[in-house]
Amino acid sequence: MEKKVNVYFFGKRYEVPESLTIMKAMEYAGYQLVRGCGCRNGFCGACATIYRIKGQQELKTCLACQQQVEEGMFVATLPFFPLVKQVYDINKIKPTEQIMMQLYPEIYSCIGCNACTKACTQGLNVMQYIAYAQRGEYEKCAEESFDCVMCGVCSARCPAGISHPQVAELARRLYGKYIAPTCEHLEKRVAEIKNGDLEKMMEDIMGKPISEMKELYNHRQIEK
Amino acid sequence: MYNYTEEQLVSMKKVEATRQERFENLFPRMSAEEKEQVLKENHPDYIESAYEQLKVGPNKGDKVLHELADLLQGKSRVLDMKIDLEHPAYDVDVLVIGGGGAGASAAITAHKNGANVLMVTKLRIGDANTMMAEGGIQAADKENDSPAIHYLDAFGGGHFAAKPELLKKLVYEAPDAIKWLSDLGVMFDKDENGNMITTHGGGTSRKRMHACKDYSGAEIMRTLRDEVLNREIPIVDFTAAIEIIKDDKGNAAGAVLLNMETKEIFVAKAKTVIIATGGAGRLHYQGFPTSNHYGATADGLVLAYRAGAKLLYVDTLQYHPTGVAEPTQIFGALVTEKVRSLGAQLVNKEGQAFVYSLETRDVTASSIIRECKKRNNSIKTTDGEGVWLDTPMIELIGGEGTIEKRIPAMYRMFSKYGIDIRKEPILVYPTLHYQNGGIDISENGEAGIKNLFVAGEAVGGIHGRNRLMGNSLLDIIVFGRNAGHFAAQRAKEVTVGKLTLSHVNAFEKELEEAGLKPTRLSPQILPDYTRKDM
Repeated sequence: MEKKVNVYFFGKRYEVPESLTIMKAMEYAGYQLVRGCGCRNGFCGACATIYRIKGQQELKTCLACQQQVEEGMFVATLPFFPLVKQVYDINKIKPTEQIMMQLYPEIYSCIGCNACTKACTQGLNVMQYIAYAQRGEYEKCAEESFDCVMCGVCSARCPAGISHPQVAELARRLYGKYIAPTCEHLEKRVAEIKNGDLEKMMEDIMGKPISEMKELYNHRQIEK
Repeated sequence: MYNYTEEQLVSMKKVEATRQERFENLFPRMSAEEKEQVLKENHPDYIESAYEQLKVGPNKGDKVLHELADLLQGKSRVLDMKIDLEHPAYDVDVLVIGGGGAGASAAITAHKNGANVLMVTKLRIGDANTMMAEGGIQAADKENDSPAIHYLDAFGGGHFAAKPELLKKLVYEAPDAIKWLSDLGVMFDKDENGNMITTHGGGTSRKRMHACKDYSGAEIMRTLRDEVLNREIPIVDFTAAIEIIKDDKGNAAGAVLLNMETKEIFVAKAKTVIIATGGAGRLHYQGFPTSNHYGATADGLVLAYRAGAKLLYVDTLQYHPTGVAEPTQIFGALVTEKVRSLGAQLVNKEGQAFVYSLETRDVTASSIIRECKKRNNSIKTTDGEGVWLDTPMIELIGGEGTIEKRIPAMYRMFSKYGIDIRKEPILVYPTLHYQNGGIDISENGEAGIKNLFVAGEAVGGIHGRNRLMGNSLLDIIVFGRNAGHFAAQRAKEVTVGKLTLSHVNAFEKELEEAGLKPTRLSPQILPDYTRKDM
């Protein structure tokens, strides 16, 4: 029989096998999840969770699908957080410092408490990427925030009301669209296709009988 | 923190001992005959007892897996309900069912074409397999490559079964799909001159795998989601479509919706409907674990089938070669193919390589199953068995720091359990990953029922009987945009007739005549993982 631990979901005690993640422990306890469960693999940010271990002061945060249960764990899930998402037209904005000022002026109210960084379920340096956003350094902001799953825990802990994940999303889109170097071979290929330059090659291969296709496939050159 | 067993530690030493030699001498690729043999003898698709014949519907007589048959021939959720079709809660041009990459691409494109769009999704927008696609997206955009070469790779990889006109669309519109994403702000991995950093995937003959580190799908999905929100397209979340509504002309004309929290029923009336509900991993076919998201329960297939749409190749599933075998907390989670693209090899208990690492997924998965079940060369794990994926090889090839730079999500996932994949190999076993088949569509995305369109993993026929890595992220974009475009165009000329659910009753009658009295409600909507022995 596997060792069990005591965990408290919303204050109520359950005995669960110690090998489980918080998410699987909730299901073991009988919860049929609707909210607070998405990809179950740490990518979607649906299962943001806050917990405290009995006898300790520190509030910890995690994704329920990625965190193993511990004895004396008090768990509260955060299946939704009212982030501020400003609406904009990506084709009309430009990667200037002003755009952050216009859309997310609250980032300039950051008091430097670093609660966001401490809370990040992905271990990102959140306060640092907000600092980059303040200075209009979108490449750095995009890079620093890249692994964000937008779970919203940072914003839940922020005294300045900043919606960090949305600020980072804007920075990444600005970088991807306007700052990253243009891909010339992509532009060229798109133009060639539009022009019909590759149509004949395509028709040639599609017109071949299956036996010939098999022959071609089994003996095709493979790039090293 | 994970503690290796004694057996695992002994075996791991053997992997280390052979690393240098395996680095110098790559395991050879299989011949066409060898591939065929390993598939026939080991691939789960060939296990006859897992299948049964459908007794009713457009695919009557075809074989499908038991778990899917139960749902396709299940009991409709609307039979015992009184549904007021006269007063729909929503009346729109285009109804998009599903909030993943295909649904979002379709919604954006339909909206751009002037349509009034509504998106309904049973979880949140972005809670989808798209979000978890790690490895990349294919497109033939380099000098040494062409859509024709991409076509041959995918056609052969899919065992020459793809519908040619669909596969042509996939490869031909691929570069434009990448450009579209790039213009929306997706951050592809590029060098300092803007050239795409591309790698091989299993079965590719050119390096055409574009990536956004190993968050490729996540980066694409969060960008598409942001764009849907910027366009202020209404999203009704935690709401499942439980039946397609038709009009008295027999055309698709909306859906019955279930608010999953309040259980309230709504009617959405629409000029055109797009099914973008994704795959079926959460049905756990043949007892496999899955890499899929929580909502992957084949709902769209059930809805379309009951409405009279034909399915294609739903008997073939993709088992991703490398699901996590240990630690147990993340059992079945995906270890991206990119790990092998970067050079990690598959190695058995004795430290020997047993398959070329980048064969197509079905061949690689079958080889792992053979190594475990037939050759007894597996390593025992908490939940079963597995083989090694020798990740430290990546740094041997690409230099120190490659893992953190190129596959940060993998590094993070394992480090949470104290496993450093830069230094230690990891244990893997195939996991249920992708539904190769789905709803049969024509080139414009229509499912044989007028005004019913399909996009994404719910479609069958694009890839044939096996899909290459990087062609799924591609298909959700190409066919999502395709469906969005044609659904919006069509909506301009449609006048919806009187709404009806008579096809549901007709299907029920067919079930009765076939001697079936299903009690299980379908679509399933969500899996049930609650403990049953309470």
